[in-house]
Amino acid sequence: MKRVAITGAGTINALGHDVPATMEAMREGRCGIGPLDIRDVDRLSVKIGGQVRGYEETGHFNRQQIALYDRFTQFALLSAGQAIEQSGLEFSGELAARSGVVLGTSGGGLSTQDENYRAVYEAGKNRVHPFVVPKLMNNAAASHVSMQWNLKGPSFTVATACASSNHAMGQAFHMIRSGMTKAMVTGGSESMLCFGGVKAWEGLRVMSKDACRPFSATRNGMVQGEGAGVFVFEEMEHAKRRGAEILAEVVGFAMTSDAADIVMPSKQGAARAIRGAVQDGRVDPARVGYVNAHGTGTAANDKTECAAVADAFGAHADDLLISSTKSMHGHLIGGTGAVELLACIMALRDGVVAPTIGYEEHDPECALDVVPNEAREAKIDVALSNAFAFGGLNAVLALQGV
Amino acid sequence: MPVRNKVIQIIADQAMLEVSDVSGDKSLGDLGIDSLGLVESIFAIEEEFDIQVPFNANEPENSEFDISSVDAVIKAVEGLVADQAA
Repeated sequence: MKRVAITGAGTINALGHDVPATMEAMREGRCGIGPLDIRDVDRLSVKIGGQVRGYEETGHFNRQQIALYDRFTQFALLSAGQAIEQSGLEFSGELAARSGVVLGTSGGGLSTQDENYRAVYEAGKNRVHPFVVPKLMNNAAASHVSMQWNLKGPSFTVATACASSNHAMGQAFHMIRSGMTKAMVTGGSESMLCFGGVKAWEGLRVMSKDACRPFSATRNGMVQGEGAGVFVFEEMEHAKRRGAEILAEVVGFAMTSDAADIVMPSKQGAARAIRGAVQDGRVDPARVGYVNAHGTGTAANDKTECAAVADAFGAHADDLLISSTKSMHGHLIGGTGAVELLACIMALRDGVVAPTIGYEEHDPECALDVVPNEAREAKIDVALSNAFAFGGLNAVLALQGV
Repeated sequence: MPVRNKVIQIIADQAMLEVSDVSGDKSLGDLGIDSLGLVESIFAIEEEFDIQVPFNANEPENSEFDISSVDAVIKAVEGLVADQAA
């Protein structure tokens, strides 16, 4: 079995347009959630989100590219570029053939769908742009990353709702660990903050109208975000031989299915995934110092997740730190695990654990150390990243410091 | 049809019961309606009466909309319909 290093990281999200800006915001406990600036927002009852601000697509892409790149593809390309440049890898010959792209997304080119449904249904047009299909397809982001960086190995898109990017990164991890590939560009991207995307979530009645306050007794729902996180996973010896900077090591991954309910989470399913990731990494559970929680801020998730962590770790659950950075960047749905992996890397590499902001009042059903409101310095040896999707599909990654 | 009958019809459809089996003192839970079914019932009520029901699934007990029993739901809907007419 090969070991797997992370040698590059990139992101764009409500907290920043790159990794340093995002980590700085996480350290400072800054909130990226604010009033939504989208078309027809007055017809929404939920008017807040973790929107990427100060972003002009024309500043990054030309007219022909914009005709093909939905916002979720743009976010993926920008993040992948940052990650690959940091890694220093150049993909050609044998390395290109044995490197691929696995990205998660839930909605894919949802903004493109939204705009074009408007055109044909609302505006009554009988013609749409010829690139609608290649722009909206869920694999567009993975394909464009592959094309731009000459990645010719296994490449595809994973869609498991809120666990998409963790499932994607798990696949990339398995491919390198098994020897199938040398390097993988992996993570997730989402851009659901359009009228139809928010309206659909509104219908489920689980959204907060004011803030995302995970684990706080006063929490009243989730807040959507958008953006991407993309990493370079690389076979450890390959990375060491070329003297690459290693941000962290991916040591374990597990996925489970609740096989129970389409929206309500299950303690058992989540706990099995947590335990599974620790066992897969052959890690002593007592070494796990930080868990980046799924922590959506809904009543159901947060209490179930805390119960699952307590179940999986026993008495050690009281010693570890657990926080939800969704309080700052919102829920990026299919891209969320990727942005949240940055908090794990920051904890392992810099010894700073990102806080759960917006925390107001203790909830006895979430009685763990949730790092309320302020980041904390701590030496973290092993960190987990949880993702528990609608549909009962759970995916947990285990990372260790180098 | 009065509000009462329409609400009972919606709840009966959701619970897959006969209208005659939906008595006012029962809670929606008693009738076998789970959290997802509750959200769907509220959507059906909003569509039927063209009203906005203030309900957040994260804090059902704190919502202004009383869902403790079928009678409570009917009363709440009657209030919202009256507010709208006013």
